[in-house]
Amino acid sequence: MRGPVVDPVLRWGRTLGFALTLPVVLVTLWWVWSADSTNYYAPPLQTILTTFGDVWFSERLRADVLPSVTRLAIGYTGAVVLGVGLGVLLGANRTLRRVTEPVLEFFRAIPPPALIPILFLFAGIGDTAKVIVIVSGAVWPVLLNTVEGVRAVDDVLSDTSRSYGVTGLARLRHLVLPAASPQIVAGMRQALSISIILMVISEMFASTNGLGFSVIQFQRSFAIPEMWSGILLLGLLGFVLSLLFQLFERRSLRWYHGLRRSQRGEN
Amino acid sequence: MTQPLLDVAGVQKTYTGSGRTVEAVRDLTFSVGDGELVCIVGPSGAGKTTLLKCIAGLLEPTAGTVTLAGARVDGPPDAMAVVFQEYGRSLFPWMTVEGNVELPLKQKKLDKARRRELVRDALEAVGLADVHSAYPWQLSGGMQQRVAIARAVAYEPKVLLMDEPFAAVDAQTRADLEDLIRSLWHKLGVTILFVTHDIDESVYLGQRVLVLSSSPTVIMEDLAIDLPDERTQLETRSSPRFAELRGHVYEQIQLAKHRKGDQHQRDEVAPARSAHGATVAAEPGS
Repeated sequence: MRGPVVDPVLRWGRTLGFALTLPVVLVTLWWVWSADSTNYYAPPLQTILTTFGDVWFSERLRADVLPSVTRLAIGYTGAVVLGVGLGVLLGANRTLRRVTEPVLEFFRAIPPPALIPILFLFAGIGDTAKVIVIVSGAVWPVLLNTVEGVRAVDDVLSDTSRSYGVTGLARLRHLVLPAASPQIVAGMRQALSISIILMVISEMFASTNGLGFSVIQFQRSFAIPEMWSGILLLGLLGFVLSLLFQLFERRSLRWYHGLRRSQRGEN
Repeated sequence: MTQPLLDVAGVQKTYTGSGRTVEAVRDLTFSVGDGELVCIVGPSGAGKTTLLKCIAGLLEPTAGTVTLAGARVDGPPDAMAVVFQEYGRSLFPWMTVEGNVELPLKQKKLDKARRRELVRDALEAVGLADVHSAYPWQLSGGMQQRVAIARAVAYEPKVLLMDEPFAAVDAQTRADLEDLIRSLWHKLGVTILFVTHDIDESVYLGQRVLVLSSSPTVIMEDLAIDLPDERTQLETRSSPRFAELRGHVYEQIQLAKHRKGDQHQRDEVAPARSAHGATVAAEPGS
């Protein structure tokens, strides 16, 4: 945090400059190289971008983007709630942990997409099934990280809480969850990208709408620029969600980053 | 003094681990009167922390009882507050200074106005009136320990337990904090049980000093400190009586280390060295 005093606007501008340089270069290269492309499967970027507006700023926003984002939101939230809830239980209870560990390891080892055929058999191909697919794949990093975080609650802090009557729910709220939050958030970050992947795959597998469904439909009907625009939109969606997540992380773990900086003697 | 507020009777603590048992505390009996300031001093590894945790209701003694104001301690009592050595690990890093001091009061179900008053008064009493909204890790070690003391004070305990609270701060800060404890004790009339491995500190702070043996621990001596009530780092520590008392405790500790009846190999020069360290540091410092 030290160093020469730089105008914050200037510093922010410089950070933005660093962050944007490579993307701008890549997009420009794509634009130039594809400009007179005659390859049917790799149309000019200009064509893709024009199509992008036509395809997505239309009825599809409601009909395909919204269902996808909704499934993602519900599935992801479900994974986080379930992961943290079970993680707190397992983290706090040694016996329970030892009993469940082998089973959890097994389920975690199954690649989530492999569960799709079975889940669709049992839950149909509706929204519920897709949400279940997302939850069943994204819950693991949250669960396992929460278990670790809860186990690692500091002894002294734990004694302090007890001696001041911070027990039961108050202990969970003021001690256990905040103490485990750095690990929980790390798990949530992994779960977010897994959720997006599973949303797309489950829609490609069997669906009547959604982003993954659209991309596959475009590909099968040789609507190549449309297909590219769908992929671009998925990329953008992932990028925006990851930015939002960073913002959330920076806010919720402000204390943690500050603590780490002070421990490294930078404060 | 008056009738005992805190009574420790025949406390023994044996840890049972995988295949071996360690007797940390053998047999401790003593009592602390209402409003007393008692120091417990003993060599490193003498089971001081174990004893303190038993008193605080954080550990259950294997045998014996701890009684606070007539009631047996079988869990952390409301009338007790503990200040730990590791200030960096006893404050909640995700809460502000104010939040840290206030949390126990919320658990006590005090109303907001009263909580605010207690937090403000306590932080002022420890000389931290202007850092309410800082986070603990933004403060120096000495200031963090002041926050921990403020939290204990705001809790309005009958007994304040302190487990080597100043072992991890520098000598100058330590002298300041020792004087803070004396002045809080005078001002609040709270009973203080102060555990330390520093002989000078125990003599300087206490009305009484309990000297512990090495583990398995027993009390070797219950020494009354007949220094004047008004103590200053410079005068008190350079008085002949102070030197006599600390010399006496020092001898006892040396005896304690060599009289470790069992097979314990915990011999360390820590008490002696830290005693010298404190003397050297405190004299020019204050």
